[in-house]
Parts: sequence; C-alpha cells; structure tokens
Amino acid sequence: MKIFVFAELNTAGPSTISLEMLTKARNLGGEVAAFAVGAGSDAAFATLGAHGATTVHHLDPGDALPAAAAAAALAGLVGDGDLVFFGLTQTDRDVAGRLAARTGAAVLSNAVDVKVEGGSVGVVNEILGGSTLVETEFTGSGPRLVVVRPKSFTAEAGAAAQPQVHTVPVPDTGRSGAARITARHAEESQGPSLADAAVIVSGGRGLGSAEKFGLVGELAGILGAAVGATRAVVDSGWVPYSVQVGQTGKTVKPSVYIACGISGAMQHLVGMKDSTTIIAINKDEEAPIFAVADLGVIGDVHQVLPKLIQALKAR
Amino acid sequence: MKIAVCVKQIPDPATPYTLDPATHFVVRPAEQVLDDTDRYGIELGLQLAEATSGSVTLVSMGPAGNLQGIRQALAMGADKAVVVSDPALRGSGAAVTARVLAAAIAREGFDLVVTGTESTDGYSGVMPQMLAELLDLPALTFARKVSLEGTTIRVERQTAAGYDEVESALPVLISVTSGAVEPRYPTFKGIMQAKQKPVDQPTVADLGLDAAAVGAAGSGQSITAVRPAPERAGGVKIKDEGEAHLEIIKVLERTKVI
Ligand SMILES: Cc1cc2nc3c(=O)[nH]c(=O)nc-3n(C[C@H](O)[C@H](O)[C@H](O)COP(=O)(O)OP(=O)(O)OC[C@H]3O[C@@H](n4cnc5c(N)ncnc54)[C@H](O)[C@@H]3O)c2cc1C
Ligand SMILES: Cc1cc2nc3c(=O)[nH]c(=O)nc-3n(C[C@H](O)[C@H](O)[C@H](O)COP(=O)(O)OP(=O)(O)OC[C@H]3O[C@@H](n4cnc5c(N)ncnc54)[C@H](O)[C@@H]3O)c2cc1C
Repeated sequence: MKIFVFAELNTAGPSTISLEMLTKARNLGGEVAAFAVGAGSDAAFATLGAHGATTVHHLDPGDALPAAAAAAALAGLVGDGDLVFFGLTQTDRDVAGRLAARTGAAVLSNAVDVKVEGGSVGVVNEILGGSTLVETEFTGSGPRLVVVRPKSFTAEAGAAAQPQVHTVPVPDTGRSGAARITARHAEESQGPSLADAAVIVSGGRGLGSAEKFGLVGELAGILGAAVGATRAVVDSGWVPYSVQVGQTGKTVKPSVYIACGISGAMQHLVGMKDSTTIIAINKDEEAPIFAVADLGVIGDVHQVLPKLIQALKAR
Repeated sequence: MKIAVCVKQIPDPATPYTLDPATHFVVRPAEQVLDDTDRYGIELGLQLAEATSGSVTLVSMGPAGNLQGIRQALAMGADKAVVVSDPALRGSGAAVTARVLAAAIAREGFDLVVTGTESTDGYSGVMPQMLAELLDLPALTFARKVSLEGTTIRVERQTAAGYDEVESALPVLISVTSGAVEPRYPTFKGIMQAKQKPVDQPTVADLGLDAAAVGAAGSGQSITAVRPAPERAGGVKIKDEGEAHLEIIKVLERTKVI
C-alpha cells in the first residue's frame, strides 16, 4: 500500500495541511509520495521531502483551474488499495471529487484520524458538532480517498531529505478542464494569520453591526491576536471570508479563543472547540457556546468589551 | 438557458438527527425540510433563468417522504422537480449519489448545473466536482459572485487566501457559497403554485442504473463504530454585573497572554 498526499503549492510553499498529512503518512509507515500542484521550486520540494515524501510528482497546470488535470494525472498513478490524502480545502476537495468519480473509489471526508491495521483502513470523523465520533472502514476495491480536516495532525519536519521529483505532463482533459483563472486576489487581514495565531478574538452577529465589530479588531490588536468571525458575520459582509472559523471556514487551535456574541452553532464549534482555553461572552445564558467555554460571561458585548479594552490599555 | 439545481431534503436541523443503531444510517423522518444552504443555488438558478428566459429544474436524491422540502424549493419559483427516491438507494455514499444525480441531470438535459458547496447533514463537500467529472463539465466551484456574459460564466472563487477570478464557457457546473446571492422568500402565490408543479419520481432502473451498484453495497464504506467524543471539562459561568472583564483579565494572565 502506497500513500499519496495531495500538496497544493502556494507562493509561500506547500499548503500547511499537506505538511500535516505528510507527517501522518510518514508515521503510518510505508512508501509516501506527494502529488504537488502549482508553481514548483526546489525549496518547496525539499519541504515536502523533509515532512516525509520520498517522491514528488509535480504538475503545473498554469492558469487552468487544476482539478480536472490533477485528477486525470493522479488516476494514472494510484493503484488498488493505495491511500490518497486530501485536505479539507477548496482545491483539495475539488481534486478528491474528480478522482473519486474517475476511479469509482469511495471517499471518506471530514477525517480527524486515520488508522491502518493490516490491510484495512479506518477513518474517524466527528458528527453533531464534534459530540459524536464515527469510525468508517473502506470495504471495496480501488484506491481509498480520505479528506482530512486541517489541524487533525501536527506537521513536524524530519531529517532533511531531497525527494525524487518527477514532472507530470499536463494531461488533455478536454471540456472538463476548460475553466481558467484570470486573476488571483489575496485578502490578507492585519496581524498574525488566523491559522497559526496563539490567541484569537472572534466575533459573531451579537456585535450588531460592521461598525461595532471594530471592538473585536481593537481587542485583537491589543492582545496581538488574530481576528476570527462566524459565517453569519462573513455573509453579512462585515469581514472577508478569509477570517471565517468553522466547518466551511478555517479550523483553529489557539491557546486562547475569545468568542464574542457567538451562539456556538455546531458548524462553528467544529472549527474551534479544540482550542486550549475558550472564553465566551454572550447575553443569552442558554447559548450553546457556553458548553465548551472555560470561562463563560453572561453579558452584553457592548458593555464587557469596551471595559476590557480600557482596562488592558491602562496596564 | 436550461438550469438544473441540486437540492437536498434533510431532517430539520433544529432537532439534531439520530443514527439508526443497527445500520448507523441517519434516521430520515417522512417530514424533511429543504437544506437551507440550497436556497442560494436555487436563487442563483432563478436569477440566471430570468435573465435568459430559461427554466429551473430541481434534482434531488433521497427518501421523498411527503416532499415538504421539495415543495419549499418549488415555492421559490423553480419550474419542476425530479426526485430519485428508491429503496435500493438506502445507505448510498457520496460517489453513488453523484452517479444517480448525474444520470437524472443528463436525462433532463441542461446548459448549467448548480449545487451548494456542502450539505448541512452530510457535508462531505465533494459532490460538485464528482458531478462535473461524470457529466464531463468544467466546474466553477466555491463561487461567491457569479455573472453571465453571453455564453461565458465568470465567478469569484473563494480560496484560503482570498479569491480568484475564474471563467468558463457554458455548459458548466457552479457550486455556490452562502452569501453569493440573497435567497428570495416564497410568496403566497408561489406556495400555492408549488402544490401543482410537476414532481417526477424515477426509480434507479428508470435512470438505466443497476440497483446492485447503488445503495450501501455500492458505496465501498461501512461504519464500524459510533461513540461519544471525550467531553471537555466543564468551565465556570458568571453573570456580568459590571466587573466581568476583570475575570477575563485573570484568565488572560493565567494563560500568559498578558
Ligand atoms: C453547511 C453549513 C456550514 C456552515 N459553516 C459555518 C462555518 O464555517 N462557520 C460558522 O461560524 N458558521 C457556519 N455555519 C452557520 C452556523 O450554522 C450559524 O448560523 C452561525 O455560526 C451563527 O453565527 P453567529 O453565532 O454569529 O450568529 P447567531 O447564531 O445569530 O448568534 C448570535 C449570538 O449573539 C448573542 N448576542 C446578541 N446580542 C448580544 C450582545 N449585545 N451581547 C452578547 N451577545 C449577544 C445571541 O445571544 C446569540 O447567541 C454553517 C451552516 C451550514 C448549514
Ligand atoms: C454525517 C455524515 C457524514 C457522511 N460522510 C460521508 C463520507 O465521508 N463519504 C461518503 O461517501 N458519504 C458520506 N455520507 C453520505 C453522504 O452525505 C450522502 O451520500 C449525500 O447524499 C451526498 O453527500 P453530501 O451531502 O455530503 O454532499 P456535499 O458534497 O456536502 O453536497 C454538496 C452539494 O451537492 C448537492 N447534493 C448533495 N447530496 C445531494 C442529494 N442527495 N440530492 C441532491 N443534491 C445533493 C447539494 O447541492 C449540496 O449542497 C455522510 C453522511 C452523513 C450524514
């Protein structure tokens, strides 16, 4: 059984999730290859090598949306019983879906752990906001596709190792590969990046308006924290999607997560419940966020936050 | 333009679903609701149909029940629905679901297929590209803004860092995020009309698929264990009487944030 790890190459190097998955693959043992998609560099390949890839298959689809070409190329590499890891990110999900359809393989999604025992592969995922764990095994033939939630594994570089790099020619995918990227935009927020921040101040609809959401940014600024938000707030256009935490946003595990005016919907909880310490401010005593909070403050964010900000500034 | 929109009926999320203890499948009551995240796809479909004098067909797989969720979707203004509801489909995984939906969509014919980015109950999040591959279509996924110019569709595609502008000529599949459009509320007239709109319910055989290749048997996966997750140690809860910020500061000190 070989393990393939999908690795999206960004300007800053391989995606963080690809390094998390490579570390897991390396610890599972066996032969580990990365399937890297995007503009490559020796530095990027070396990073993949250090995290466990002995081989890197590299595909650069240029300005094509990569899923169709990546799936077609991968389909030619993966064999019966091989494990293929993808992250729960946009491009990874797109490739996983196409590869599953092409090969007829089953795909198990939202994995938080992967267990290999003998020839069988079990995948653990969380349902109902993380309150219940479900274990699923692959039963059929063909490759086994797993889509992994970010932060399920910790990325750790091993000894430096230069992997063997194979350049994969871009396959002709005809109509299905016809989508083109005409421009790329980054919506970077200020301060530390949400995914790596040690402290996150996150706000929900309870802030009331885009203007009042500024309190969250102000507190984050004082604490050197990153700003997070619920989907309700992102959909209202108060903050960009890049700061959304939860099922369809980022998964975070900071040492401290401060949830302001957030109800604690299941889809938000799965993205932040593994934070070491959680502080929640909500005026509704019954809000589900309190179930995961180490300190729950039943109160009005418009009262508590200004006082907190003032007291911290006075220090 | 002929538009197919994939919509799902799900157990009401207000009451968390349960798993059948024997099969571990989700228990699906007769009365299911329209997955709220599908409203964005329906809205986009309706807007593009209005702009092109086209039509919107809803395509769904799953136990039909009393079709309440489908009627909710029709009430927004879709023209008709195809619901593939067949006992042989029980326990189908995402890949089987994709094969069934693709067959139903291909039978209808289409210029554009619209889906959500992930469902509320299963959220495997891989269905859109599976469908695109099976239908030999380009896919503009995670669209947060969509425009049609002639026969070219342009979207802003959400990425981890921001967004990309992507485009493709029709026919194409789009997966749409919440926030891309503002779903309309059904009107009273729409709700009344929905009761009369055609709902086609083909079987697996009608779609030319082999019953043995769908359902749990065709899905290549089996749930082996279900158990409660380890619980988080309980915290303290205090009521703000004007001094709660001091308690927050204590925690920030203890955790060495300040
Ligand atoms: C498929 C799917 C995927 C999703 N993905 C995500 C995701 O990735 N991330 C995400 O966050 N959500 C996601 N959601 C949405 C999620 O279900 C909730 O709707 C959302 O998290 C709610 O955001 P909220 O807590 O800001 O708003 P609400 O649920 O409206 O909560 C607002 C809270 O603020 C409190 N409040 C109001 N005023 C005050 C005040 N003055 N002071 C203090 N508290 C106050 C209220 O008591 C309430 O608890 C998803 C949903 C679906 C169906
Ligand atoms: C908790 C849970 C976890 C699951 N995990 C897996 C898994 O890991 N692997 C797996 O193979 N199956 C899984 N399933 C089964 C899977 O949910 C169903 O097969 C489902 O019909 C399709 O997948 P989805 O809802 O996850 O699709 P998603 O990819 O999340 O849905 C995206 C979009 O596709 C469209 N769509 C999806 N399903 C339908 C439908 N039935 N009818 C019409 N349109 C639809 C909708 O527009 C939706 O917004 C899971 C089910 C549950 C309840």
